[in-house]
Amino acid sequence: MSAVIDSHGTSHGHDDHHDHGAPAGLMRWVTTTNHKDIGSMYLWFSFVMFLVGGVMALTIRAELFQPGLQIVRPEFFNTMTTYHGLIMVFGAIMPAFVGFANYLIPLMIGAPDMAFPRMNNWSFWLLPPAAILLIGSFFAPGGAAGVGWTMYAPLTSQMGPGMDLTIFAVHILGMSSIMGSINIVTTILNMRCPGMTLMKMPMFVWTWLITAYLLIATMPVLAGAVTMTLTDRHFGTSFFNAAGGGDPVLYQHIFWFFGHPEVYIIAIPAFGVVSQVIPAFSRKPLFGYASMVYATSSIAILSFIVWAHHMYTVGMPVAGQLYYMYATMLIAVPTGVKVFNWVATMWKGSLSFETPMLFALGFLFLFTLGGFTGLVLSMTPVDVQLHDTYYVVAHFHYVMVAGALFSAFAGVYYWLPKWTGRMYDETLGKWHFWLSIIFFNVTFFVQHFLGLAGMPRRIPDYHTQFTEFNVISSIGAFGFGLSQLLFLYIVLKALRSGEKAADKQWDGADTLEWTHLPTPMPYHTFENPPTIK
Amino acid sequence: MSSTTPTHNYYLPEPSHYPVVGSVALLLMLGGMALWFNGLAFGQWSTLAGLAVLIYMMKIWFGKVIEESEGGLYTKRVDVSFRWSMGWFIFSEVMFFAAFFGALFYARLYSVPELGAVDQKLLWPEFNSAWPTAGPNAMDAFTPMGAWGVPAINTLLLLTSGVTLTVAHFGMLENNRGKLNLWLGLTIALGVIFLGFQAYEYSHAYSELNLKLTSGIYGTTFYLLTGFHGFHVTVGTIMLIVVWVRCLKGHFTADHHFAFEGVAWYWHFVDVVWLFLFIFVYWF
Amino acid sequence: MMIRKIGTAAGLLVSALFSHAASAAYQLNLTTGATKLSQEVYDLHNLMMWIIVVIFAAVFGVMFWSVYAHRKSVGHKADQFHENTTVEILWTVVPVLILMVMAWPATKTLLAVRDTSSPELTIKATGYQWKWGYDYLKGEGEGISFTAQLTTPRDQIYGMAPKGENYLLETDNHVVVPVGKKVRILTTAADVIHAWYVPALAVKQDAVPGFVRDTAFKAEREGIYRGQCAELCGKEHGFMPIVVEVVSQEKYIAWVNEQKKKMAAAAEDPNKKWDLAELKARGEKVYAGNCVACHQANGKGIPGNFPALDGSKIVNGPIAAQIDIILNGKPPTAMQAFGKQLSDTDIAAVIAYSRNSWGNKMGDMVQPADIKAARK
Ligand code: HEA
Ligand code: HEA
Ligand code: HEC
Ligand code: CUA
Ligand SMILES: [Cu+2]
Repeated sequence: MSAVIDSHGTSHGHDDHHDHGAPAGLMRWVTTTNHKDIGSMYLWFSFVMFLVGGVMALTIRAELFQPGLQIVRPEFFNTMTTYHGLIMVFGAIMPAFVGFANYLIPLMIGAPDMAFPRMNNWSFWLLPPAAILLIGSFFAPGGAAGVGWTMYAPLTSQMGPGMDLTIFAVHILGMSSIMGSINIVTTILNMRCPGMTLMKMPMFVWTWLITAYLLIATMPVLAGAVTMTLTDRHFGTSFFNAAGGGDPVLYQHIFWFFGHPEVYIIAIPAFGVVSQVIPAFSRKPLFGYASMVYATSSIAILSFIVWAHHMYTVGMPVAGQLYYMYATMLIAVPTGVKVFNWVATMWKGSLSFETPMLFALGFLFLFTLGGFTGLVLSMTPVDVQLHDTYYVVAHFHYVMVAGALFSAFAGVYYWLPKWTGRMYDETLGKWHFWLSIIFFNVTFFVQHFLGLAGMPRRIPDYHTQFTEFNVISSIGAFGFGLSQLLFLYIVLKALRSGEKAADKQWDGADTLEWTHLPTPMPYHTFENPPTIK
Repeated sequence: MSSTTPTHNYYLPEPSHYPVVGSVALLLMLGGMALWFNGLAFGQWSTLAGLAVLIYMMKIWFGKVIEESEGGLYTKRVDVSFRWSMGWFIFSEVMFFAAFFGALFYARLYSVPELGAVDQKLLWPEFNSAWPTAGPNAMDAFTPMGAWGVPAINTLLLLTSGVTLTVAHFGMLENNRGKLNLWLGLTIALGVIFLGFQAYEYSHAYSELNLKLTSGIYGTTFYLLTGFHGFHVTVGTIMLIVVWVRCLKGHFTADHHFAFEGVAWYWHFVDVVWLFLFIFVYWF
Repeated sequence: MMIRKIGTAAGLLVSALFSHAASAAYQLNLTTGATKLSQEVYDLHNLMMWIIVVIFAAVFGVMFWSVYAHRKSVGHKADQFHENTTVEILWTVVPVLILMVMAWPATKTLLAVRDTSSPELTIKATGYQWKWGYDYLKGEGEGISFTAQLTTPRDQIYGMAPKGENYLLETDNHVVVPVGKKVRILTTAADVIHAWYVPALAVKQDAVPGFVRDTAFKAEREGIYRGQCAELCGKEHGFMPIVVEVVSQEKYIAWVNEQKKKMAAAAEDPNKKWDLAELKARGEKVYAGNCVACHQANGKGIPGNFPALDGSKIVNGPIAAQIDIILNGKPPTAMQAFGKQLSDTDIAAVIAYSRNSWGNKMGDMVQPADIKAARK
C-alpha cells in the first residue's frame, strides 16, 4: 500500500484554525458527537469491562486451583463462566476495536468525523445500559444465568429472570453493534478524502469495512436466536422443544451462524491493527497489500459457511460433518496468506522493537499457534475427542487473548502518543509485554494437555488427575491479571506525566493521522479534507 | 458551535442529549419487560415509562433531523450517507427475518421429518411427520391457516400499495404535489387495511381454528413470522404517515426527498418479505 | 499405513521427550484408548501435530531470522519491496495441498467412527439432571435397566475427607459390556442437552431431549473406563460421570443373569399395603437418591432456582397435585417427569416422606396402587 501524500495537504494546523476545543464537564462526554471522544469512551469502557470479566476469570481459576469445591457453589461457578465469556466478548474485545475504529477511521481516510455523529454517540451510550442489565442479572431472584456464553436451549428455559435480563442485554448490544457498523461502513464508503481510493485505504480501514459487514449480517441473527429463546421461555412457543416439533439443535445452528463469524469479528480488526504496526516498525510497506484485502474478504465469506464445526457431536449426518470439516480447513489458507504476508513485511526490513511491535509479534506468534489448534479441532474425528474440553478453551484463548487482546494492546501503545500527545514509559511497556506473554502461556498452554487428557470445560471441580496443570494455570492467570494492572498504571502515568510525543512519533508510520496532523491532535480534524495522489 | 456552521462540506451535528435519553428509555423498557414477564413488581410500569420516553426521544430526535433537513444543512454527500445507511439497515432486517425463516425451513426440512423417522420411534412411537403439525406431543388439534382467503387479499393489498407508492414517487419527481399527496395517502390506507385484516385473521385463528401461539412448531413459526412482519408493517405505516404529513406541509423537493425514498425502500422490503411469507407460511 | 507409522513414530518421540513426566498426572496427549478407533484418532492427532509443528517452525524460523538479522539496531536498512506474485501464489497453493494431505486420513477415520451399523448390543443412555439412565434394548441382556449416578461422598468434594482414587468418576451402577463386541449407544435426554463422553472409547455424543442419536464402540481390552457428561447441563454438570466396565464374555453373561435375578427380586407386589413409617423410611432413600440435588437434604431448596419442599403449598396441599408434578414433572423447568424413572412404590414413598418431614406434618400418604391408577 502506498498512499502518496499530496504536498499541499501536509501543512499542519492549517485546516484547524476554527477549532474551539471541547465543551467541558461531564455533559461533554454524555452528549458528545466527536468521534475522538466517542472512541476514547469505547476504549475506557472496554477496559473496565475487561477488569470485570477478568475478575470473573480469576474466580473461575481460583475455584479450579484445587480439586474440590472451595470458593463458590456450582451454580454460581456456571454464572461466572457465562458472564466471563459474554462480558469479555461483547463488553471488552468488541468495544475495544469499535473504539479504535471510531478514533482512527475518520483520521485515516481524511474525513471530518463519522458519517452520523449523533448515532455514533448512541451506539456507545447503549453499552452502559447493556452492561447494567448483564450485571444486574446477578441481583435478580435466582441469580444470573448459568448457561454458558452460547446460551444453549433448552437449559435457558430453566433459568430465572436473570436470563431475560441477559437476553435483553444482548438485544441492546446488537442494536449498538448494528448502528455502529452502519456508521462505519457509511463513513468508509462515503467520507474518504479526494484521492483515497478503496485500494489506497490503510489496511486497518479495510479490516473494519469487512468486519462491519460481518456485524450487520450476523448481529440480527443473534437477536433472532435470543428472541426465540425468550418466546420459548415465556409464551409457550416450540422453537427448541421437540415435543412441539422444534429442535434444541436449531438453536445451535442459529447461534453459530452468528457465532462463527463473530470470532472473526473479533479477529479481523486485530489483523488490521497488526497490519499497521508491523510495517511501521519494519520501516517497510505492508507486503502484499492487495492479497491481504482479498484474504480478509475470503475469511469473511468463508466464515458464513463453516458454523457447524462447533456442533460435530450433536449427531448430524456424516456428510454434514465432512462438509463442515473441509470448509473449515479452507479458512487456514487465507489466514495463512495473512501470516506469511506479515512475516514477509518484516523480511529485510529495518526492525525495531518498541512495545507496540512486541505486542504485534506476540500476536503473530501466539495467534498462529491458536489458529493451528483450531485446525486440529476442525478435524471431525479429533474434535469428537476434544469438543467441550479444555483444549477448546486453550484454542480460543490463544486466538482471542494472545490474538485480539494483544493486538489491542499493540494498538493502544502505538496510537497513545498520537491520541494524548504524550509518550508512555517504554521500559514499563516492555515489562508489561514480557509479563503478559509469559503468564499468558503459563495459564493457557497447559490447558491443551488438560483437554487432551479429557477434562471437560465448564466444570467447577475435577478429577485429581488434572490437579497439577490446573494449579499451574491458575497461578498463571493471577500473574496475567496482575500484569494488566501495570498496563493501567502505564496509561495513567503517560497521561499525567508522559514526555511530549512528536508529530510523527514512529518514523515508519505512514497513515494520515501521523503524516498530516500535529500531536496532540486538535478536537476537530480534516474539516477540509486533504488530497491524496 | 463552530461545528454547525455550514462552512463544511459535510454537516456535523452539535453535541446532543437525545442518545442518552434513548438509552435510558431502552434500559427502563427492556429491564421492565424482564421483570414483567416474570411477574415481578413494577415491570409493566417500567416498560410503559420506557416506551413513553422512547417515543418522546424519537419525536424530538426526528423532529430535529427534519428541521436540519429543511434548513438545507444536508448536502448531497450527507444524502449519500443516508442512502448507504438505509440500505445497510434494510440488509440487517433481512438477516433478522432470515433467522426466523431459517427456523421455519429447518423445522420443515429437518426437525419435523426427523421426529417421525424410524430412529425416533423409540421416543415418539405414534408420530407421523407431516406439515403442518403441532409436534409429537400435540395437545389439541388445530386447523392451519389457508392461503386463499384473507392472506391472498392481503397479498393483493400490499402489492397494490407498492404500486401506489411508486405513483406517489412519480408525483414527487414531477413536482405534482396533488398526485404525491393522494397516492401516498392511498398507500397508507392500504397499509392500515392490511393490518386490519391481519388482526381479523389472528382473532379468527384463535377463536375458530384453535390455532394458537402454543400450537407447536406450526403455531410458533406462523405467529412469529407473521407477527414480526406485521410489526414491520406497523412501523412502515407510521413512517409513511410521518412522511405524508411532511408532504402535506410542503416539505421535500423533486431532488431532495431522501426521507420519502428511505421509507419507500423499507416499504418495498416489507412487501417482499410478505411474498415469502405468503409462499412459505400460508401456501406451501 | 504409512501415516500410521509416522503417527506412531511421532508418538514415541513425544513420549521420549516427556518420559520423565509421563505419569497419569501429567498426561500430555490424547489417550490411546481401548478401541481400535481411539488408537486411530490418536495417530491422526499426532500426524496433525507434526505437520503443524513443522510449518510452525518454518514460518517462525523465518520470522526470528528477520528479528535477528534485520534489526535496525545492527544497522540493517529496509528494502522497499512489497509484492511478489510468485511467492504469493506459492503460499496459497502449498497450504491447500497440505490440507488435502490432512483431510484424507481424517475422512477415513471419520467414516469409520460414524459407522454404527450391525451392533451386537444396543444400549440406550438417557441424560437426566444429573444422572444417566441405561436401558439394554437389544442383544444379550435385553431388558436390563438402571440408573447410574455419582457416588463420591460430599465430604470429599468439600474437602472434609481425602479424595479417593476415582474422585468424581465413580457411579453406583456401571455400564457393563462384553469385550470385543460392537456396542451401539443410543443417546437421548429427558430435560436438557447432555453428552455421553468416554475418552478411552473415543466416543462423545450429545444427548438431545426429544431426539435419539447414536454412537458406537468396540472395546478391545477389558477394564473400567471412565468419562463425564460433556455438555453444560446445569448446576451438577460436573458431577454426572459415566463408568463403562468392559468384561469378558463369560463375566458378561454372569452379570446379565445376576441383573435379571435382581430385577425379579425387586419386582414388588404392587398391591402391597404399606404403613406410613415403612413408606417414609423408604422415601428417605428415594429422596436422597433423586431429589436432594435440587431440593436439598433439608428440603429448603435453593431460593430462586429450586423451590423448598419444606412448607411448599403443593406438598402441604391436595395429594393429587403432588402426584401429578412428580409423575409428569413441569416442563420446561428442571422438575422432570419422575414417572418414567421411579417405580410406583418409590413415588408413593417419596411422597410420604416429603409430606411428613422437616416442617411438613400432613400425616397422610398414598399407596403404590394409587400411583399406578394416577399414571393413566
Ligand atoms: C478470534 C477468535 C477465533 C479465531 C480467529 C478462530 C479461528 C479458528 N478456529 Fe476457533 N474458536 C473460537 C475463536 C476463534 N477461532 C472460539 C471462541 C471457540 C469456542 C466457542 C465456544 O464453544 O465457546 C472456537 C472453537 C472452534 C472449534 C470448535 C471446537 C469445539 O467446540 O469442539 C473449531 C473446530 O473446527 C475451531 C476451528 C477454528 C479454525 C480452523 C480457525 C482458523 O481460522 C484458524 C486459521 C489459522 C491458521 C491455521 C494459522 C495460520 C496459517 C498458516 C500459517 C498457514 C499454513 C497452515 C496450514 C496449511 C496448516 N474453533
Ligand atoms: C476475548 C475474550 C476473553 C478474554 C480476554 C478472556 C480472558 C481470560 N479467560 Fe476466558 N473465556 C472466554 C473469553 C475470554 N477470556 C470465553 C468466550 C469463554 C467461554 C465461556 C463459556 O464457556 O461459556 C471463556 C472461558 C474461560 C475459562 C473456562 C471456564 C469454564 O469452562 O468453566 C477459563 C478458565 O481458565 C478462562 C480463563 C481466562 C483467564 C484467566 C483470562 C485472563 O486473560 C483474564 C485476565 C484479566 C484479569 C485478571 C483482570 C485484570 C486484573 C484485575 C481486575 C486486578 C485483580 C487481579 C488480581 C488480584 C490478580 N476463560
Ligand atoms: C433437576 C432438579 C430437580 C430434581 C432432581 C427434583 N426436582 Fe422437584 N422441582 C424442581 C423445580 C425447578 C421445581 C419448580 C417447578 C416450578 O417452577 O413450578 C420443582 C418443584 C417440585 C414440587 C412442587 C413444589 C412447589 O411448591 O411448587 C415438588 C412437590 C417436587 N418438585 C418434588 C420433587 C421430588 C419428590 C423429587 C425427587 C423424586 C424432585 N422434586 C426432584 C427441580 C427438581
Ligand atoms: Cu449432564 Cu452435563
Ligand atoms: Cu467457529
